[in-house]
Amino acid sequence: MAPPRNRRPGFSRRAQYTLFIGYVVAVAGSLVGAVLLALATLDPPAFAALRATLAEVTTPISSGVAGAGRGLAAIPQGVSDYIAVHDENEKLHKQLDDAKALLMRARAISYDNRRLRTLLGLRERITDAVVTARLVSSTASSTRRFAVLNAGSWQGVKKGQPVRGPEGLIGQILEAGPNSARVLLLTDPESQIPVRRTRDGMPALAIGRGDGLLDIKSANSTAADFLPGDVFVTTGTGGVYAPNIPVAQILRHMRGDAGLARSFAQPDTLDFALVQQAFMPVAPALPPGTTP
Amino acid sequence: MSAPLKGAYDDEPAIGWRKAVPAATIMLGSLITIWPMVASFPFLPPFGLLLLLGWRLARPGVLSIWAPLPLGFFDDLLSGQPMGSAVLLWQLCFIGIDLIDQRLVFRDFWQDWLIAAGSIAFCLIAGRLVATPLGAHVDTVLLLQIMVSVMLFPLAARLAVWLDRRRAVE
Repeated sequence: MAPPRNRRPGFSRRAQYTLFIGYVVAVAGSLVGAVLLALATLDPPAFAALRATLAEVTTPISSGVAGAGRGLAAIPQGVSDYIAVHDENEKLHKQLDDAKALLMRARAISYDNRRLRTLLGLRERITDAVVTARLVSSTASSTRRFAVLNAGSWQGVKKGQPVRGPEGLIGQILEAGPNSARVLLLTDPESQIPVRRTRDGMPALAIGRGDGLLDIKSANSTAADFLPGDVFVTTGTGGVYAPNIPVAQILRHMRGDAGLARSFAQPDTLDFALVQQAFMPVAPALPPGTTP
Repeated sequence: MSAPLKGAYDDEPAIGWRKAVPAATIMLGSLITIWPMVASFPFLPPFGLLLLLGWRLARPGVLSIWAPLPLGFFDDLLSGQPMGSAVLLWQLCFIGIDLIDQRLVFRDFWQDWLIAAGSIAFCLIAGRLVATPLGAHVDTVLLLQIMVSVMLFPLAARLAVWLDRRRAVE
């Protein structure tokens, strides 16, 4: 079908002007778009308020649909649980016996650890949980990795707070609206988290790749070798993440002194997310006239 | 279909209705991202863009030349791309398609599909370049995303045609 030749809408001046103004608006609008894009690239939180406003509307819809989905998904699980419960019981008893021995050893070590820490005069900062909420949706068609949390500043969520799941670190709050917040997942290409290896304390950076995995890059200049199974936890450097939150486990060593790793927290399970206080929030500026 | 279709010489539908249906379907396409799942890589095609191209190519003249501005703005609020990227890229696609309209007046569906494929690839690749640092490992996934989106374009075009016909019945 030939498109209607609406470039010359006839002899009506009005129609011609309308068409012309349409083109002017289109070109001017794309320039405005370019300016917006430049602004957003230079100052990413510039449009946080607009996004948060829309997220306020969409978050309840997402959590409602997710709730209905969970209810339906629980039915087959319930049936198979009922059948498998006997085997499960035997297995758990055996596990319990194994764990008892380990527990006794861990108790002894923990006692030693406590004593040594007191000896060192180490002061542990307790990081309190702000709120427990769910991740309800994400940017599934974009190359950036953001998720929406269904709790916001009314629940005490603030920009910069770390978010963790039951298994490990999920990310960091990027923008907080009244009742919803945007989370920068640790797999986002712009997320960098200081970590250390549990085995020997080697410092490294966990950098998101954008495809669901992480690159672990050694912070030392020396050649580091990453073995599959190496576990990395947060260091507490930078003051955002509390120390010793599990972050990732190495899958394999890669060229250029990097390790390919998978994060412990798998946010795609739509599990609970725990928002914590920033480990050491930036101190408020001193009032003028005071000397520290 | 029970209700009779309107012919070429019947009155056009009311202006509000004529503009509302395409805009609403495209906005619904952008709203797909609020479906409750947390993706660890970009696997959803950009439904907003697909439907926009579907409407533009299957039913030229329904959307004004400046229609991508508000629709792209709405998509930017939801998609996670930096604000203004869809506004700019979608509008550039529209201007490009308008230029092609002057050169290639009589087209068949395959040519429309080719134009849509070019537009989708342009929007996704340019969007990746502005949103994500160059070193990120998203290119393989992006290629898959482009292929899936291009394959889905006929569906979007069919949907636009079907809705347009329903609209004519009202």
